[in-house]
Amino acid sequence: MGIVIKIENVWKQYRLGVIGHQYLKHDVQSWWARVRGKEDPNTPVDLGNNGNGSNRTMWALRDLTLAIQEGEVLGIIGKNGAGKSTLLKVISRVTAPTSGRIKIKGRVTSLLEVGTGFHPELTGRENVFLNGAILGMRVNEVKRKFDEIVDFSGLEPFIDTPVKRYSSGMYVRLAFAVAAHLDSDILILDEVLAVGDAAFQTKSKQKMRGVTGQGRTVLFVSHNMPAISSICSRAILLRRGEVCVDGTPERTIEQYLAEAEEREVPLVDLRDHPNRAEGSIPFFESIELRPGGKLNAGLLVGDSLELRIRFRAAYRFSNMKIAFNIEDHFGGIVARLSPLLRQPELCLHAPKSGEFICVIPSLNLTPGRYNITLDAVDRDNRANSKDLIERACSFEMKDASVLDLPYIPKVGTIFLDSTWDVSSLDGKEESSAPGS
Amino acid sequence: MVAKRVRMSDDFPNTTLPKPLESSTAVWHAPEEDDDTQWTTVIEPHDPWYKIDLAGLWQYRDLILLLVKRDFVAIYKQTVLGPLWFFLTPLFTTVVFTIVFGRIARIPTDGIPPFLFYLSGTVCWGYFSGCLLETSNTFVSNAHILGKVYFPRLAIPIGVVISHGLKFSIQFILFLCFFGYFYVIGASVSPNLWALALPLVVIQMAVLGLAGGILVSSMTTKYRDLSHLVSFGIQLWMYATPVVYPLSQIPDQYRNWYALNPMAAIVELFRLGFTGTSALEPVHMITSVVVTVALFAWGLVMFSRVERTFMDTV
Repeated sequence: MGIVIKIENVWKQYRLGVIGHQYLKHDVQSWWARVRGKEDPNTPVDLGNNGNGSNRTMWALRDLTLAIQEGEVLGIIGKNGAGKSTLLKVISRVTAPTSGRIKIKGRVTSLLEVGTGFHPELTGRENVFLNGAILGMRVNEVKRKFDEIVDFSGLEPFIDTPVKRYSSGMYVRLAFAVAAHLDSDILILDEVLAVGDAAFQTKSKQKMRGVTGQGRTVLFVSHNMPAISSICSRAILLRRGEVCVDGTPERTIEQYLAEAEEREVPLVDLRDHPNRAEGSIPFFESIELRPGGKLNAGLLVGDSLELRIRFRAAYRFSNMKIAFNIEDHFGGIVARLSPLLRQPELCLHAPKSGEFICVIPSLNLTPGRYNITLDAVDRDNRANSKDLIERACSFEMKDASVLDLPYIPKVGTIFLDSTWDVSSLDGKEESSAPGS
Repeated sequence: MVAKRVRMSDDFPNTTLPKPLESSTAVWHAPEEDDDTQWTTVIEPHDPWYKIDLAGLWQYRDLILLLVKRDFVAIYKQTVLGPLWFFLTPLFTTVVFTIVFGRIARIPTDGIPPFLFYLSGTVCWGYFSGCLLETSNTFVSNAHILGKVYFPRLAIPIGVVISHGLKFSIQFILFLCFFGYFYVIGASVSPNLWALALPLVVIQMAVLGLAGGILVSSMTTKYRDLSHLVSFGIQLWMYATPVVYPLSQIPDQYRNWYALNPMAAIVELFRLGFTGTSALEPVHMITSVVVTVALFAWGLVMFSRVERTFMDTV
């Protein structure tokens, strides 16, 4: 097995904030000032940082060197902003590295998103061809696989309907079906497994496993640790643009989880949260967790938990839907909570800034670490109001319970209290059949 | 913890994967032989400016055709009148021009029937300005695709030029109909051998529109306000082109300078071929071709400079 991707000392720099001056006027101004020998009026005034504005740049990849063998399925994990997506973008040639070199052997297809280039007015059939071509397939190739693709998506009756009439689930199913039938030596995937309903996800995972079994080289970025550990043969952990762990998925995931669990503060400031999703408009300001028992004892199984979520909206909203997920540390969702269920009126006319208080009377989670993902959207103004913070804070369920129990099982995610009884069947066995 | 792992792997049955190679470490040690010829792709920060990926474009020819098809089908499906718009826009424009410039302002048309004169100008100008306007938005309006997938970036502007070319040929048929009408009723039109140059004229318009478009689009990645300038500038440019007046109206001593606008010779040559009247001279045509080629070369260089990193700035 030879090396199919060789990444040599790759650096990638992004500029934060404004690129150049953005406006021709400013460039002309600067030029005119230089001509007259005057000071450039557009020089950033940040002399605290050597005056060269170096605080406005950020290195997304720092001297990254990596060799990937043929047939390897490489998982790439790391916190948001660690450089995972940048690495995939550079390898798939969406953007060029700032310095360094990448050598690739074979045909690369990258799936940084499903359904790239889908046009709402075109039918499913037309979009399959267009999307296939965008991903690098020839028309004949798509034709050959067309039936297979449609079959996989399960959308045969709707294939000649414009995709704007599709539900979002149907849309991603079709898109994933195209992507799943790509023939390439190297496949680059960014969190695309999480589409469709449960049945379709299973199908996708099976297909994925089929793909990885064929000796194809796959690069796979995900926050979904079970997927990484089951699909990948090797995993790397990125931290601030550098590879900090490289080895078996188990070892890398362990390291990643340990890193993610470092912080625990009862009140988390969310205003500049690193995990806020791209394009979010900050709504959440802070989240505070107050266990029902003594503060320092932590959360016991069966304890009550009060969450105080402070927010400040950009405008007076009328239909703000807020919710949060409790996730186990593999990223699986344990529960979703929202005031919409019992007090929807809270979401309709809440103040512009304030605090949502959520009380969970009895938190029956098994001991371990859990994360909270917050999301909010104004349903009357979706475009301007979405805020999503993944793993905004985390909490630990102690290995102890408020109930009078000798121990708590550590398997599973939820603890269900139960009462038991046993009735005797001795002496009745002659009159009734066993097991009836 | 251990038990959780078990549950997780139950989600993914039948995991039969090669175990990782223990030798693969974070640091890659260069093997003795490093034969660069074995690699199919080498990605480096900058390509030399002259490197234009023609082979790549050819490989993606299906994509170009499908993009053209997409543009057509989308236009057809989104509007009530559908492809009728291809006829209506030049017709209305021509009618307005005939009234305003022909009847009211009484600008001479070299003896060509005014309607035919303005129609020829409008159809040519429509193709060029359509190409320029739409290709100048290449990066910004396709950012969602370009940010996720790699394909030769030139595929998009080329697709635009082809789909506008189809639109042009439909409008050209409209022109031919009116031309035939005027010819039959005996108006002063005399088609001649210059009409054979038509395909070259169309190709030059396409190249010029593409050149201007990719030039602007590579600059808009840095200067956003340029895109406003384009839609405004193209209106002004039309008045610097013999669309609503003939070249003969330009005083003799300025004509050679005027011909630096490459569209001037194109529009006049188109008219010359069908009507036989134009003040066009060979030097104007040569100027036009030279300027077009120069702009195209400049556009390609600028485009290849920004195409690889534009995603970081849009």
